[in-house]
Amino acid sequence: MFDQNSNPGSPEHDLEGPDKLGHFGPYGGVFVGETLISAVEELAAVYEEASKDSAFWEEYDHDLQHYVGRPSPLYFAARLTNLAQGAQIFLKREDLNHTGAHKVNNTIGQALLAKRMGKTRIIAETGAGQHGVATATVAARLGLDCFVYMGAEDIQRQAPNVYRMKLLGATVVSVESGSRTLKDAMNEALRDWATNVDNTYYIIGTVAGPHPYPLLVRDFQCIIGRETRKQALDQLKSLPDALVACVGGGSNAIGMFHPFLKDSEVAMYGVEAGGDGLETGRHAAPLSAEGVSPGVLHGNRTYLMADQNGQILETHSVSAGLDYPGVGPEHSWLKDMKRVKYVAATDKEAMQAFHDTTQLEGIIPALESSHAVAYALKLASKMRSDQNIVVNMSGRGDKDIETVARLEGISL
Amino acid sequence: MSRLREVSDKALTDGRKLLIPYLVAGDPSLGVTEKLMHQLVQDGADIIELGIPFSDPSSDGPVIQLGAERAIAAGTSLIDVCDLMRRFRSKNPATPVVLMGYLNPIELMGYEEFTKNVSECGVDGVLVVDMPPTESFDLRQRLQDVDIDTIFLVAPTTSVERAKLITQVCSGYLYYVSLKGVTGAALSDANSIRTRVSQLRALTKLPIVIGFGIKDVDSVLRMSEISDGVIIGSALVSAIAKLSPHGDETSKEIETATQLIRDARDALNV
Repeated sequence: MFDQNSNPGSPEHDLEGPDKLGHFGPYGGVFVGETLISAVEELAAVYEEASKDSAFWEEYDHDLQHYVGRPSPLYFAARLTNLAQGAQIFLKREDLNHTGAHKVNNTIGQALLAKRMGKTRIIAETGAGQHGVATATVAARLGLDCFVYMGAEDIQRQAPNVYRMKLLGATVVSVESGSRTLKDAMNEALRDWATNVDNTYYIIGTVAGPHPYPLLVRDFQCIIGRETRKQALDQLKSLPDALVACVGGGSNAIGMFHPFLKDSEVAMYGVEAGGDGLETGRHAAPLSAEGVSPGVLHGNRTYLMADQNGQILETHSVSAGLDYPGVGPEHSWLKDMKRVKYVAATDKEAMQAFHDTTQLEGIIPALESSHAVAYALKLASKMRSDQNIVVNMSGRGDKDIETVARLEGISL
Repeated sequence: MSRLREVSDKALTDGRKLLIPYLVAGDPSLGVTEKLMHQLVQDGADIIELGIPFSDPSSDGPVIQLGAERAIAAGTSLIDVCDLMRRFRSKNPATPVVLMGYLNPIELMGYEEFTKNVSECGVDGVLVVDMPPTESFDLRQRLQDVDIDTIFLVAPTTSVERAKLITQVCSGYLYYVSLKGVTGAALSDANSIRTRVSQLRALTKLPIVIGFGIKDVDSVLRMSEISDGVIIGSALVSAIAKLSPHGDETSKEIETATQLIRDARDALNV
């Protein structure tokens, strides 16, 4: 896309892509209606130019430092390590970011692009509400109108985040079509964008959507992996032996993994939502479940949960943020290349990890991140005590306490 | 020459505007869709756009979304759509039919299998809403090999340079999207559409038809005046929505559902 050597401040672009049309191998690309083509092409051009502009990255870095509170710590989780009885477990504390998750790294970056393009109106889709909150936050800060599309089902599940967005001045639009969850919210945001394309910037929350979104969201999330790399070299005097991150659309995982892709000694594990178990079919694990084929949805080609007729399946996960039938196209490519191993943690395993992390470390993890912890504990127990694992603690779990209480039959 | 090309050439030579209704296959059932298709031909449709139902139709408004949901609830698959086509074709060898839909069901079937199926059942053209020209090479080549046209959209946001590229890969007819938005939204002003269509006219000899937002005789007349024809989708689908899903509809009810198409034909023939 552009010459990375010309600007040392810009994120690394390596062999894995994407190409100029947004392809990661056979995945990615641009699959949207004609009305939106000019908008995605304009965005690609603006981003290509911005990404070569050191002033752009300086402003981004400045916001991350002074507004988001970066760098986030790399924290040694002594008691989780003790629980697993194996490798040393470290947590990359994205939960300590302003707004409580990694999502803000991306919305800060995209808000700068919206400003650069002179857009006056911001739209977003949200599942758990974290991306919606992170978007409403940057919109408030820039004084832009903000509309967040959210499935009616998720509005029920995530009431505190809905109210948070409203407090921030955003309009939360309830999506009643289809399965009334994240995928339907994304359909509705695409419809809004096609209608209001002249003045509207669509902040997609994950490394999916049409090119250039998988590229630019990745670039904005790579701060996670770049910091981790530096912190590991400082604190551990070596690169970690393994990285573990949860994968819904996959933005926190790609942000953690990407700066390590060329370090072949670093193993990587993307943990999908196993729901009731992969064998039940009630899950949201397009990469780790058997028999899932690539398909096209929301602007890109990727592994996608669909029935034999190509209709998109409803997914299941205790975590609203992982409840999505597709996954970022770069993850599909990394799966095929076998660079990242994709696995799943069930609802039950994630709930156990949620409690373990809370009680042993005094950190309430998001249910999304709890999936990563669940797998990391298993992985650590099979590794040696002189090895290190970094888990991306992608978000905090305050938003989930009502869900956890409800599942355990406790009324608050 | 393809059936699609023959019909549109003849219409244009005769000074007749193309009238193209759109309906969702399997909404409310495959049997009713077949009856509706024959009725539409009687009503004066030149070409029929037959929608392949998809669960996530992100370029469509609520009316067509609900039509697709009804069709999926009735169990309609892409193979069923091909079977429906075969039955229609056995009684009607003349009216061109264009399949319109989203890419995922076609990807899952596989391009080779899809091409074989649509060719065997007598489909004349294919329009995949979320497959822009840059991603279309493989499927377009396969369809071309079996004389099936691939139709593309041009939108108000499409640059002239890009429109030029689209006209080079498009065959059958060029579909101009009248508005920024989704199917069934309110039509924008005729003057800007006229300007755009005349720009396109300079780029291609293909028939240029206008769709999105055409919902009554008045808009049919306004849009046909500045183009080679019109597509009526959401307005027809919302009339079809009133039909019983249980297959007990009367021929009178079928006729009532397609009233707008008859009215449009009458108005265009004046």
